[in-house]
Amino acid sequence: MALPAALQDVLDLFATFDDPSDRTNLLLSYADQFREVTPDVATRPFGRDHLVPHCESEAYAWAMKRPDGTLKLHFAVENPAGISAKALAAILDRSLSGLPPAQIAEITPDIVEGIFRQNISMGKGMGLMSMVQAVRSLAKAAVGKT
Amino acid sequence: MTEITARGYAHPEVLVSTDWVAGRLTDPAVRIVESNEDTLLYPSGHIPGAVHVDWTADLNDPLRRDYITRAGFEALMSRIGATRDTTVVFYGDKNNWWACYAFWVFQLFGHTNAKVMDGGRLKWQKEGRELTRDVPAIAPTTYKAPERHDAPVRAFRDEVLKHVEGKGQLVDVRSPEEYAGTRMHMPDYPNEGALRGGHIPGARSIPWARAINPDDGTFKTADELADLYTKTNHLDREQPTIAYCRIGERSSHTWFALRYLLGFRNVRNYDGSWTEWGNSVGVPIEK
Repeated sequence: MALPAALQDVLDLFATFDDPSDRTNLLLSYADQFREVTPDVATRPFGRDHLVPHCESEAYAWAMKRPDGTLKLHFAVENPAGISAKALAAILDRSLSGLPPAQIAEITPDIVEGIFRQNISMGKGMGLMSMVQAVRSLAKAAVGKT
Repeated sequence: MTEITARGYAHPEVLVSTDWVAGRLTDPAVRIVESNEDTLLYPSGHIPGAVHVDWTADLNDPLRRDYITRAGFEALMSRIGATRDTTVVFYGDKNNWWACYAFWVFQLFGHTNAKVMDGGRLKWQKEGRELTRDVPAIAPTTYKAPERHDAPVRAFRDEVLKHVEGKGQLVDVRSPEEYAGTRMHMPDYPNEGALRGGHIPGARSIPWARAINPDDGTFKTADELADLYTKTNHLDREQPTIAYCRIGERSSHTWFALRYLLGFRNVRNYDGSWTEWGNSVGVPIEK
């Protein structure tokens, strides 16, 4: 199944940059757009059931259903060095929030490779893919799947 | 007496505090070097005036599994504006894994005027100190390096094999699960393809992180380190010692602690580590 259009646009944008420094700057610009989960959704200490497994940046993810049936994604990243997690959280929020859960549930962790490429370090690749998987699981739960 | 010298290290001069670094941001005799696993960290914000040295792109040969040549090191030092007299201060993420790794590679070329900032990036950030995205404009220098001299600080597989046969001291700094062979990779890291699990026969399991204070990444005191390495695990400072992990990065951290903080006289880092040993035909393995 095709990726949501906004997410595909992000992947296409990254694909246009051959220069690693350009890709790095783009990732940093997304990280700068990261906004932490709002207090009406969650406050510290965050529930462990929202902790993304295997993520060294101690990321948390939430998916709140809106009245129109679409989802709004929220994230928290507790590690101040979690720049990649913040960038990915911003990308996922901007490109997936507002979509029906069934559509969000179709994303797969391999989008991480397309976004980060050489910026995937050994320790964070699995954590970033786990973030995508966490969003996917939240979306599946929202449509009643397991 | 500074707080670091009060900790009783054998060579306290190689470890400097965040205060020390903060007071030398514009000192032309000092070059601050950030070295991380995460390539996004330096561009996201670094200590003012610091340059970036990437462990893969700058320190490793792009083709062979080996380190850069003398010419490569000279080019690197020119790029970062260092001379033989420059005091190079390393810091980075992961509680200074990669800072210690870079420090260790610099020792292959005899740049002994090198230090590590205690606590690394974590401590600097926790203290709320300034970070900048401005990359300093560096005037290239001319740096004449000696030929790379691995022997004093680096161990190769066949040397490790002889060391094992001679019942020499070995320190496995990986996680207990990797040591036991129940896990083939670091927790939360990908499996890089070791065909066998376990450890080098006779190695003591002393995970690298036991040398640090987890809250701020600083090294423990000399007494605490001695308790860990020499009392609890019976390592002898006078005996040749080899440390290893997966690719030699975590063991650089332990190598630094043993060599400089505890004063072990002969300690080498086996950077081939488990990605070589666990794939080598015929070498002995214990579980």
